[in-house]
Amino acid sequence: MAKSLITLTINGEVHEQRVDDRELLIHTIRERINLTGAHIGCDTGHCGACTIDLDGRSVKSCMMFAVQANGASITTIEGMAHADGTLHALQEGFRMEHGLQCGYCTPGMITRAYRLLKENPNPTEAEIRMGIAGNLCRCTGYQNIVKSIQYAAEQLRIKEAAE
Amino acid sequence: MIPGKFDYHRPATKTDAFKLLLDAGPDGRVLAGGHSLIPMMKLRLATPTALIDLGHISELKGISVSDKRIEIGATTTQHELIQSQELFTACPIIHETSLQIADPQIRYCGTLGGNIGNGDPGNDMPAVMQCLDAIYTIESLKGSRQVSARAFYRGAYVTALDDGEIITKISFVRPPTGHGYAYCKLKRKVGDYATAAAAVILEMSGGKVQSASITLTNVSDTPLCATAAAAAVTGTTLEPAAITAAVLAAEAITNPTADGRGSAAYRTRMAGVMVHRALELAKERAGDIGATSISASATGAPKTGKAGGMFGWLNR
Repeated sequence: MAKSLITLTINGEVHEQRVDDRELLIHTIRERINLTGAHIGCDTGHCGACTIDLDGRSVKSCMMFAVQANGASITTIEGMAHADGTLHALQEGFRMEHGLQCGYCTPGMITRAYRLLKENPNPTEAEIRMGIAGNLCRCTGYQNIVKSIQYAAEQLRIKEAAE
Repeated sequence: MIPGKFDYHRPATKTDAFKLLLDAGPDGRVLAGGHSLIPMMKLRLATPTALIDLGHISELKGISVSDKRIEIGATTTQHELIQSQELFTACPIIHETSLQIADPQIRYCGTLGGNIGNGDPGNDMPAVMQCLDAIYTIESLKGSRQVSARAFYRGAYVTALDDGEIITKISFVRPPTGHGYAYCKLKRKVGDYATAAAAVILEMSGGKVQSASITLTNVSDTPLCATAAAAAVTGTTLEPAAITAAVLAAEAITNPTADGRGSAAYRTRMAGVMVHRALELAKERAGDIGATSISASATGAPKTGKAGGMFGWLNR
């Protein structure tokens, strides 16, 4: 079977892996590198539970082969909190605004919202809803997820203004 | 779901890609965004033995807007199309269409070349490219040729593309400043293909339509050029009777299948409704050259005017 040696930088750490060419990126991240924060929900590219941040793009890692990501820099939910252990504003927002119930979609929601706020630090409610249109949640009805992202956007703006 | 086995190749130039594709034979496939091909591979409906990844060939990327023509590299992503201020200024129907394709994550990967080249009748860009009368540049080791978007589609997943060929570039005449445009798409939910959709480009002068182009998505096994519908509005002020004539002419050429999106009769009728809305919206926008900023809509709701659009309720 065709195999390739690839290098991935995940949450700042360099990983060399020998992978099958047909191996999906989510399997490499979860099963070879043991970062199980990104989830497999639908395995068809609909639900967004496997969303990661890859070279400045939100990507569904069940829809990409690991070999395609060779050389890429990736952030997963495990890389969201700060080095001192304090939570990222989005993680804090999801806690404060009750943005999760079962939590299965949350890693994908937060990594997606991370890129959304990088591109648009002051989104309207409509822009948040459009921005997370690729992430499904079957618990919350989305209201509190939108509030959580609004909370994080505000915190990040306050932080930005202070710096 | 695990796809079948294949060899992965990552060429850095077009020429290397053509060679690899030729060497791979009939079971070789090019990989662009992969968001149509990989799901098909997971279901083993596609079982290529070699994948040639076009994602790292810089000469296939990029948007070039001049006074006369617009050229877009085939692996330019939907996200890049949405983010391009100069493309939005010159030809905003592309921005409007890209925002209605799939979801944000998929738009970071999905490419214009993949959307037009796959031959899937549900894809949105083929009809928009027909509306703009675009030319596809197709290349292989044998050389380069140009095919009109209006002559490219032969049937569902059947196109003018031969073995060993790759679409490298899409180009079209820059529509005149102040043209009216709209891409109206009815879909059941985010990420769905169109129940029916219509693209309209028109030029108004003295309150009358000077020229019009109307095309339809997903109501036949290929995109459709509604030339009779366009003729029905040319020279008119787009009064209700003219719009009704165009709607009837557009409905007459549809040939949809019944599926989860509705019966054939319903989808034909929805194609008419989309033509109606797109004409009214294009008329409203024609002559209006104020559309110069994408800041509000780059990651947000498409500006769909009075048609409202999917998120219109949020803005009311």
